[in-house]
Amino acid sequence: MNLYMRRRIVNYASIGLSVLAMAFGVIWLLWLLYTLFLKGFGGLSISLFTQTTPAPGSNGGLSNAIFGSIQMAAIGTAIGTPIGILAGTYLAEFGQRGWLAPATRFINDILLAAPSIVAGLFIYEIYVSKVQHYSGWAGALALAILVIPVVVRTTENMLRLVPNTMREAAYALGAPQWKMTYYVTLRAAKAGVVTGILLAVARIVGETAPLLFTALGNQFYSSLNQPMASLPKVIYDFSMTPYDDLHALAWAGSLLIGLFVLGLNIVARILVRPANQH
Amino acid sequence: MSQNAKLAVKNLNFYYGNFHALKNINLDILEGKVTAFIGPSGCGKSTLLRTFNRMYDLYPKLRAEGEILLNKENILRSGIDLNMLRAKVGMVFQKPTPFPMSIYDNIAFGVKLYESLSKADMDDRVEWALQKAALWNEVKDKLKQSGLGLSGGQQQRLCIARAVAVKPEVLLLDEPTSALDPISTAHVEELLHELKRDYTIAIVTHNMQQAARVSDYTAYMYLGELIEVGGTDTIFTTPKMKATEDYITGKFG
Repeated sequence: MNLYMRRRIVNYASIGLSVLAMAFGVIWLLWLLYTLFLKGFGGLSISLFTQTTPAPGSNGGLSNAIFGSIQMAAIGTAIGTPIGILAGTYLAEFGQRGWLAPATRFINDILLAAPSIVAGLFIYEIYVSKVQHYSGWAGALALAILVIPVVVRTTENMLRLVPNTMREAAYALGAPQWKMTYYVTLRAAKAGVVTGILLAVARIVGETAPLLFTALGNQFYSSLNQPMASLPKVIYDFSMTPYDDLHALAWAGSLLIGLFVLGLNIVARILVRPANQH
Repeated sequence: MSQNAKLAVKNLNFYYGNFHALKNINLDILEGKVTAFIGPSGCGKSTLLRTFNRMYDLYPKLRAEGEILLNKENILRSGIDLNMLRAKVGMVFQKPTPFPMSIYDNIAFGVKLYESLSKADMDDRVEWALQKAALWNEVKDKLKQSGLGLSGGQQQRLCIARAVAVKPEVLLLDEPTSALDPISTAHVEELLHELKRDYTIAIVTHNMQQAARVSDYTAYMYLGELIEVGGTDTIFTTPKMKATEDYITGKFG
């Protein structure tokens, strides 16, 4: 009985500490969301999506920045995703023997942890400085570099969750490895891989640093060959100014990104729920 | 034995790294018969089964020595086409492993690997295989639904249908009913009677009654050695070895 009481006390203490730790984490998130709503909600309007970024004192919106962010994030994802999925698949399915896979995994981990500004500087060095101008393409490439390690990691992890019995079953029918991988294990891991892509998108839409030396920014709509506006960069620029109306736009932009990232994460969560695995 | 040996195992030794898992196995598996492997856990019966289609090849540090002749050709030699071997020697596993695709595609996947059939022929083959596995009546109206939505017993019969559909010469079953309820087990056992007309079957089972019911020949294994093999009736009534008798009568194991 004594032992039983002690177990109960330890149990309650553990649960209490866990709840406290959870609350400590959640409070910041809720506070952040609350602040975003408080400061950004007033700035939400139709003109946000229809007008371009203004000069101080005049009216305007964020449409060119939204458009630029969507474009660069989409292209960055489109470039980074296939590379990431292929590399992740290699690591999980093909790289069982030899040194190449462990080396690749190690480098990928470094890339995953690397400060994002490094990606921007890298693209500046190999692309922007060579063609002598900033552009949306350069921004998209810098974002692609951030997409790759996230997708590699999630693809590999999700493929590793596929039970080996599934692989054996495909091999037992005489399937060659690439067919087993393409038709069976990648399909089994599909929801998880898609989740990885969504998380990568969520990561890059909020990135400012990689765009500083690549896309630069723009007051107006632009083609991908010109410097291009993006939401995070506009938020950064506007919050540095002393003007209240620009601050309001920056808060509204922050709210937009915050909601978008939150939404993507929720969708990602729903996708990997076991019941929705297929 | 005068009958034709589909698989002839000669001086087979198997190692997991340094662990000697199969010790000098010699055995014939006769064409058109059901051969059951019984023995306590860890005795090597699954390991033996997995040498017949070289499933062990997927994992490093596993190796087999000796010979296994399939149609008089040594399948353990290096350079053999493993995919072709596995197309000829099908396997059903302990746990149902439906692929994450429709019931129809689960069957068609294996068939497409080595045959290019017209849509109509493929439809026929899928129906044929599902009929063979006694699953057709339950799934004929939902062939496009995911194979993962079936019950455990249905999933296992789907896996059997999938293995049968590619028309292998030999069918290996590794405790195919251990995860099934008695009704599904009975279905699968009936199926084995049906299937042995066309295939050579090797089955590993923990259930001795099952071995007695379904097999023509029974092999008793213990600690990596083949203790005794013979006609199932003989093994279960008048085994030659004391160890076999002890196991079968439940004194041991």
